Amino acid sequence: MPRPTTNSTYWQGVRDGAPFILVIVPFSLLFGVVATEAGLNVLETLSFSVLVIAGAAQFTALQLLTDGAPTVIALISALAVNLRMAMYSASLTPYIGGASLGQRALAAYFTVDQSYACAIVKFEQNPGWSVPQRLAYFFGVVTPVCPLWYLFTLVGALVGASIPEGLALDFALPITFLAMIAPMLRTPAHLAAAFVSVTLALIFAFLPYNLGLLVAGLAGMMTGAQTEVILARRNEARLS
Amino acid sequence: MIDKTSLWIVIILLGLGSFGLRFVFTGLVGDRPLPPWLLRHLRYTAVAVLPGLVAPLVVWPAATGGALDAPRMIAALVTLAAGYFLRNVILAIVLGALTLYGGLAVFG
Repeated sequence: MPRPTTNSTYWQGVRDGAPFILVIVPFSLLFGVVATEAGLNVLETLSFSVLVIAGAAQFTALQLLTDGAPTVIALISALAVNLRMAMYSASLTPYIGGASLGQRALAAYFTVDQSYACAIVKFEQNPGWSVPQRLAYFFGVVTPVCPLWYLFTLVGALVGASIPEGLALDFALPITFLAMIAPMLRTPAHLAAAFVSVTLALIFAFLPYNLGLLVAGLAGMMTGAQTEVILARRNEARLS
Repeated sequence: MIDKTSLWIVIILLGLGSFGLRFVFTGLVGDRPLPPWLLRHLRYTAVAVLPGLVAPLVVWPAATGGALDAPRMIAALVTLAAGYFLRNVILAIVLGALTLYGGLAVFG
């Protein structure tokens, strides 16, 4: 196989990123609409998408602020939702750690679910790619994804005010989150984490400042990690 | 109504914090390996935080003043089942929304 050029890995990235347009457009549109419903103006809504560029965290912060949660709690909860970005960052480091600081900073800003998911698969499949080829692929995936994220947040913010009451948009956020969570429940450990999280969030809902969510989140993480250890041990026992 | 000051504080700090999370390893830690126990916990952050966020919204919806609501509860269960079995986020959203509107038409 001929060694691909930087140009060709870029376009390969664009092709791999293109199907995500179907996810990005409705999701960012929804954020624009829900944010407008919550009383944010166009500048505030767009700033959210440009600065944070992470759907789930944006929705989390917005929901908690709408609920009247203290600023600190809204911030911590949204950052907790984004902790997976640190995992992505850790996992990309061996592949693009050799790039310049500026390039790494730019790649970090554009590290989203889609760019990470595509890149990690291709980087593992093509160990011969150079660092510039990997970066070109990464930014190729970003090209059809992130600009549309900004654009359709803007469109959602502009049309948001004209959405009629009867659409029951109060429930758009729970449905979107449930649809995102369900496919993540791949293993018994993920299921256990989610189950503990739901149970504790309901039990501790009486706690002020949405602290119940922090209790549920921490306990859920510990449950997931612990279940993984127990299952791995059981598998080893079976194999030996 | 959301207070404008806390809104901008959250937007800016969440932006900086999210960038920090994305940059921490790529930029700062480099190639040093992470302790396995930390990675193991990080793997479950999304499934531990998001379900806990949604559960009270489903059980005590704000739109009904916190009373359990059949159309919303059924829509939530359909969305969850569709997402779990079909593994398709957009399809699950569409089916959940259709269920909600169907339910609101029937029960409402």
